[in-house]
Amino acid sequence: MRTALNKPADPLSQIYADLEPLRHTSGHQLADRMVADIFANAHLIASQVIQQDPLRNPRRRSRLDQLTASRLFGYPLMLLLLVGIFWLTISGSNLPSEMLSRFFFRFQDILSQWFQAGGAPLWLHGILVLGIYRTSAWVISVMLPPMAIFFPLFTLLEDLGYLPRIAFNLDSLFKKANACGKQCLTMCMGFGCNAAGVVSSRIIDSPRERLIAILTNNFVPCNGRFPTLIAITAIFTAGSAAFAWRHLLTAAAIALVICLGIAFTFAVSWGLSRTLLKGEPSSLVLELPPYRLPKFGAVLYRSLIDRTFFVLRRAVVVAAPAGAVIWALSNIYLGELNLIAHGAAFLEPLARLIGLDGFILMAFILGLPANEIVIPILLMSYLSTGSMLEIDSLAELGTILFAHGWTWLTAVNVLLFSLLHWPCSTALLSAYKETGSKKWTLLAFAIPTFIAFSVCFFVTQAARLLGWA
Amino acid sequence: MATLSSLKAGTQATVASLSIEGLLRRRILDLGIIPGANIRCIGPAPSGDPIAYEIRGSVIALRLEDAGKITVQLI
Amino acid sequence: MNITIGKRRHSPSFNEHIRKHFFHLPLKNDQAVVAIAGNPNVGKSTLFNALTGLRQHTGNWPGKTVDRAQGAFLFREKSFLLVDLPGTYSLLAHSAEEEIARDFICFGQPDAMLVILDATALERSLNLALQIMEITSRMVVCVNLMDEAGKKGITVNIPLLEKDLGVPVIPTTARNGKGLKEVQTALYEIAVQQRPTAPKQVRYSAEIEGLIQELLPRLQTLPAASFFNSKWLALRLLDSHPPFVENISRFVRLQNAPTATYQEVEKLHAYRLE
Repeated sequence: MRTALNKPADPLSQIYADLEPLRHTSGHQLADRMVADIFANAHLIASQVIQQDPLRNPRRRSRLDQLTASRLFGYPLMLLLLVGIFWLTISGSNLPSEMLSRFFFRFQDILSQWFQAGGAPLWLHGILVLGIYRTSAWVISVMLPPMAIFFPLFTLLEDLGYLPRIAFNLDSLFKKANACGKQCLTMCMGFGCNAAGVVSSRIIDSPRERLIAILTNNFVPCNGRFPTLIAITAIFTAGSAAFAWRHLLTAAAIALVICLGIAFTFAVSWGLSRTLLKGEPSSLVLELPPYRLPKFGAVLYRSLIDRTFFVLRRAVVVAAPAGAVIWALSNIYLGELNLIAHGAAFLEPLARLIGLDGFILMAFILGLPANEIVIPILLMSYLSTGSMLEIDSLAELGTILFAHGWTWLTAVNVLLFSLLHWPCSTALLSAYKETGSKKWTLLAFAIPTFIAFSVCFFVTQAARLLGWA
Repeated sequence: MATLSSLKAGTQATVASLSIEGLLRRRILDLGIIPGANIRCIGPAPSGDPIAYEIRGSVIALRLEDAGKITVQLI
Repeated sequence: MNITIGKRRHSPSFNEHIRKHFFHLPLKNDQAVVAIAGNPNVGKSTLFNALTGLRQHTGNWPGKTVDRAQGAFLFREKSFLLVDLPGTYSLLAHSAEEEIARDFICFGQPDAMLVILDATALERSLNLALQIMEITSRMVVCVNLMDEAGKKGITVNIPLLEKDLGVPVIPTTARNGKGLKEVQTALYEIAVQQRPTAPKQVRYSAEIEGLIQELLPRLQTLPAASFFNSKWLALRLLDSHPPFVENISRFVRLQNAPTATYQEVEKLHAYRLE
């Protein structure tokens, strides 16, 4: 406790200090009495003004609640919803994504022609068209369709009131990790944006459990990372199943990645509450509001305007200048190599150890401002060293990756690294604002970074030892 | 005297006392779980913990061990 | 006993200073500040959106309003700045959310409070409303989720509730935009026309009332008594924790020092993690 109260100067604090023995001897009684008294007043008023029709008083647990909390169906239903949402997202966004990127790249050709006709210098065309325009086009065509499907679906569940039920169902796991079930709600927010997830940890009462939620929020992939997860999973599951099952397989693979992230959340929460964040016992007081039928129009409108376009705008705002910078870096030569290649060569030995390559690791580092731009940066740096390709489908993206030596092990490591690595700068800033401490912010960066490197290292070394790759 | 955690789904009781400390005590009191209040067990989560209770018109989930620290009088 | 509640003697510029600091509210002299408080999940954000026309997302789970939201609306040519406080069950506990709400109600001194009750869980939401009524008299109460109450066979006697509480009470169904005009009118009457109210004061049990009476003579002469209801002060001395009492003193000190520094005001909100 602070010592200012000991100063006799302030009369209010003086009276407070005088009352100390009273508060001490009466223990809970005084505070409890107050709460009880207020409720007694509230009860008196409510009983006068409320009339309950005895025939319409629902005394039973609602059918939907019986199902979602059922011993038999509770957990399978959650998993089914997770896979189902991703299946709808992936199979629904495939076609529009291709159409969008075809449109954008056709327009890029037209733009280039205009630049040529206008006699613009090559570097201007490079920065504006090959840098800014192409990166933004990629971000939009890859991110917009999945988000326009994922967010409304997620918002429907949210408006229905399903999220507190997830927290209710999973709390026993959080309890084992000595954390709070409400952490689930912050994780759900994290699916949209980790910065929002970090801020939403305010709903957790205990500072200890709140810190755990802040430090682990990063293990749920935010929507800036979804496009990476979706694209890479789709490419590497493409050849392995019949067409009809492909999307389902991709969805299941992504669900698996997310479950892995959740597993890491539990493991790290468990570890933290046994080391750095020992102390207070954990608890849960969670309200389960009644299920409410969502208003579909409002859900669609809000999820598109508030979430999809908001997130997309943020992505483009970061991606556009990043595109220009990367283009410039890839066209400034020091000796034989451009700056990107120098950076990649520098990172190569470290990246090799964890099953990536220098370009990938550099893309993750340069993607610190926003995870959305990791794949565009990677593509641009790959392309800057070789032939100019236009990517208007996932298959072509796959071709580029394979051409740069990607194997299934590279893909797995990119998925793992993307899932586990450091939070973006916005999320770190939120962590700093929420904790007000440099130490915790540093940990919010260091813990995921350490885990991402070690997990990828072990996976790579194990696969090589076993002769799988 | 029974504890809240021992209530079967669908049964009602009156809160008798709370032996919980700190912020959690405050939290639980603030939701209206105070001695004399009517409370009804709705049912557990799939794993058996936490358990949902209806109190003053809303549904609140508490962990087994916390509910075990609240004594109730069966109605 | 004569009680004055929420008497606002301090200069508007100082209030604005604090409001700006607490909630990053823009400094505008002629704007009326209205704060919305209520339990989690009673449609607070829905009402906020409906009033301001903001399309901010509102989900169906407790605690989704985690960051402060602000919006403005114009009514009878008066501009209102609406501040959405985090949903809380009470102002007594010391969690982050509750401290934000309580500090704003105590120190941000809004021109009016809009307190939202849940028609399907009236008792629990009255618990919060009664606590706010101990701090300020400038308030409007709205009973939301009237449609859901109807489905559950619950009817609320609004005129009687208004009489009991002594402040304007308005039935609303924010989801469908029902009752918004009436809410705006009531806010206008309270914040702009200074319509007098007689908020219901909690009657405590004999033991507590006795302690309050013992403390009152010591409190009524203090500078703090000109800003806060002395009965409320007595209660906080009996149940609060030291930082909040310190904050009350600091607030009073700053009110009397016209040249308060920004750092001093900053100390007032200490809801960050320790």
